[in-house]
Amino acid sequence: MNGVPLAGFIALSMFMFITGVVGVIIRRNPIVIFMCIELMLNAVNLAFLAFARYRFSSPTMVEQGAAGQMMVVFVMAVAAAEVAVGLGIIMAIYRLKENIDVDELNLLKG
Amino acid sequence: MKLTPELIIFGMLAGMAALSAVGVVAFKNAVRSALCLVFTFFILGFLYFALHMEMLGITQIVVYTGAIMVLFLFVIMLLNLGASHVLEEKSDPKKVVGLTFGVALAVLLASQIVPILIKVQAPKAMPQFGSPQVIGSILFTDYVYPFEAVSVLLLLGIVGSVLLAKRRLS
Repeated sequence: MNGVPLAGFIALSMFMFITGVVGVIIRRNPIVIFMCIELMLNAVNLAFLAFARYRFSSPTMVEQGAAGQMMVVFVMAVAAAEVAVGLGIIMAIYRLKENIDVDELNLLKG
Repeated sequence: MKLTPELIIFGMLAGMAALSAVGVVAFKNAVRSALCLVFTFFILGFLYFALHMEMLGITQIVVYTGAIMVLFLFVIMLLNLGASHVLEEKSDPKKVVGLTFGVALAVLLASQIVPILIKVQAPKAMPQFGSPQVIGSILFTDYVYPFEAVSVLLLLGIVGSVLLAKRRLS
């Protein structure tokens, strides 16, 4: 993508991140909240890759550029682990309460 | 700025990704949100290809749309959340607060970031930058300790989710 400015990628990434933030605030279904968190993680991944592609690149700077790609690899792995555990927690709560509305969960309220 | 074919294709992809990201938040039905999210991840995979990050584009499609979203859809199916009576979302003041916060965040970020980055036009990286050879050699030399730590984390995730999802027999 030679004719595309870096700002295009960053603007898309920013929009997706903010959509995720708003979704986490306004939705009450914990699974949709999880999806919004995934959306935020992906927005950050896109920003990492765009910067890696546009900023670092001469042969001496390959390592800095690769740092962005490595971070994306690790974010994907951590997201997979997080989703497995988080959905397990949601299943456990659903079995306990038969209701997963986040506004009505007050198990930790003492 | 000249309107190149690349720019048009990028605009279409970005527009679709942004629309389906909004769909994730806007749809009441969790299954529709999940399908919108699958679409967003696909488009992001294409954008990674456009950035010449072939390896991560493939990984994005396999891991996110293949594994993570299947997990989401499985849990939605198990909890029967497709039926809207399970979770009736009422309108509440949080919506206004959330949207206001989002717009404020967008204005703040855009005012700080865009004026600086608008000058960066051409990518500097070499085309083979995101190839599997480069990623593999760096992953197994410079980043081998984080790589091993991530493998331990994934193992913990597997054990943790099995423990959490196991039905108590008592």
